[in-house]
Amino acid sequence: MLKDITLGQFFPGNSIVHRTDPRVKIVLVIGMIAALLLASGVFSYALMAVYLLLVIFVSKVHFKMVVRGLRPVLMIVVITAILNLFYTPGDIIWQWGFLHITKQGIYAAVEMVVRIMLLIIGTSMLTYTTSPIDLTEGLERLMSPLKKIHIPVHELAMVMSIALRFIPTLIEETEKIISAQKARGADFETGSVLKRAKAMVPILVPLFISSIRRAEELATAMECRLYRGDVGRTRMKQLRICSDDYISISVSAVIFTVVIVLGRFGL
Amino acid sequence: MSEIIKTENLTYAYHDENGNKKYALNGVDLSIKRGEFVAVLGHNGSGKSTLAGHFNAIHLPSGGKVYVDMMDTADESKIYDIRCTCAMVFQNPDNQIVATVVEEDVAFALENMGVPPEEIRRRVNDALKAVGMYEYRGHAPHKLSGGQKQRVAIAGVIAMMPRCIVFDEPTAMLDPAGRKEVMKVICELNQHFGITVILITHHMDEAIKAGRVVVMHGGKVIMDGAPKEIFTNVDDLKKASLTVPQTIEVLYGLNQKLNANLKIDAMSVVQCADILESYLK
Repeated sequence: MLKDITLGQFFPGNSIVHRTDPRVKIVLVIGMIAALLLASGVFSYALMAVYLLLVIFVSKVHFKMVVRGLRPVLMIVVITAILNLFYTPGDIIWQWGFLHITKQGIYAAVEMVVRIMLLIIGTSMLTYTTSPIDLTEGLERLMSPLKKIHIPVHELAMVMSIALRFIPTLIEETEKIISAQKARGADFETGSVLKRAKAMVPILVPLFISSIRRAEELATAMECRLYRGDVGRTRMKQLRICSDDYISISVSAVIFTVVIVLGRFGL
Repeated sequence: MSEIIKTENLTYAYHDENGNKKYALNGVDLSIKRGEFVAVLGHNGSGKSTLAGHFNAIHLPSGGKVYVDMMDTADESKIYDIRCTCAMVFQNPDNQIVATVVEEDVAFALENMGVPPEEIRRRVNDALKAVGMYEYRGHAPHKLSGGQKQRVAIAGVIAMMPRCIVFDEPTAMLDPAGRKEVMKVICELNQHFGITVILITHHMDEAIKAGRVVVMHGGKVIMDGAPKEIFTNVDDLKKASLTVPQTIEVLYGLNQKLNANLKIDAMSVVQCADILESYLK
């Protein structure tokens, strides 16, 4: 039931993609986004697609999963395609009333669809192959220079990781409360939307109260274990860029550069 | 000085919702020696958890003094040393585990202390082995049983290498199997590692394992002695709204009903059976 929710849809594995340092992966995803935005022309998109297929193949993430990841953005893709198709000016091929399709429109629509799909696949490969905790840690390390301008990077990362830690606990608790309310005759399934929304109140109130109590206890426990922000803090797991990371970086950098160069020439 | 914890006329006052001053602790004088295993018993609201909170400066005294390894808990500059010396394990394991991976959680305190990474790794492994959770080091805490979670929480505390650990009703949320696991670990910490253990509980069967029992009632220590002395004093325990271990309850009841005049100091089921056997002969 509720317990089966996986956050960030991480698929554990031990491929080179999984093992790559999270900081490297985040930077590479940013590089990939830049390359995709600068690409234009069949060859540059094809090369990007080959690169992503290679990543999927190496990471051993099921192709079905990747396709499923595209489903939520399907509507956006369709709407973008339609808008591009009908509203791009140029050589008219087909016209009906105020609607017209141009040669440039078809080209733009296809380009946008390919671009969005590759973007989604690329970014979801990051969350598929990186555990939420590694992702948080990678972000914390990458953004640590921002501490100089008083952005509480460590605190934000701590909030993130505690939230991740408590999601299963709170889900379990919610299930318990739902059962308890059902045993008292509460009805969550029938009635209008408004009635069902109102039925949620007896679940939310106890959940909030217990979360606040949990937070208080956790804060005491953290204090007892000498937590005082990131002052003088060390880490057990040190992130280190190793030879595997250099392979990922160099392969990706070469491909992104070629894509950008091809894009400049409109290929 | 062999005392690790010492309280002098400790009082702790708070205001209830009507603004009246109430005393959770009302003049507690207690000294606990290094290496002791002390069980603190008490009815709900007797002040036992409040007392525990004073031992690592979660609560500060309203009156009197608390010394942990000769450091005054009211001295704010010593607070981290006090918490390193005397660590604490709480009732609900879910609310004291911080990280999403077992070994990361055990490392949490050491990371906060600024211990170098290689040493953290070594101490985390040792702590997990001491509580028998080493095979689970890569697991997510929410997939463990209650007893296992509580053992992870204990590992997180012993990695700090404290000289004293306060357990605040560590088995209250656990099933009998988990309770047994946790009690086994607690006894081992005291016996093999020489850690001073203060066990706050209301389970008589757990208190019986301690070397010394302290009974709290109305914010005061009313009894203090070896388990045998305390538990055979059934009348005083009942006054403090406490029950006695079942073995003693049986013998005490028989004495009352049959005027059997049995010895009531049975600390285990076997002892109890022996006493009954010799009576029936």
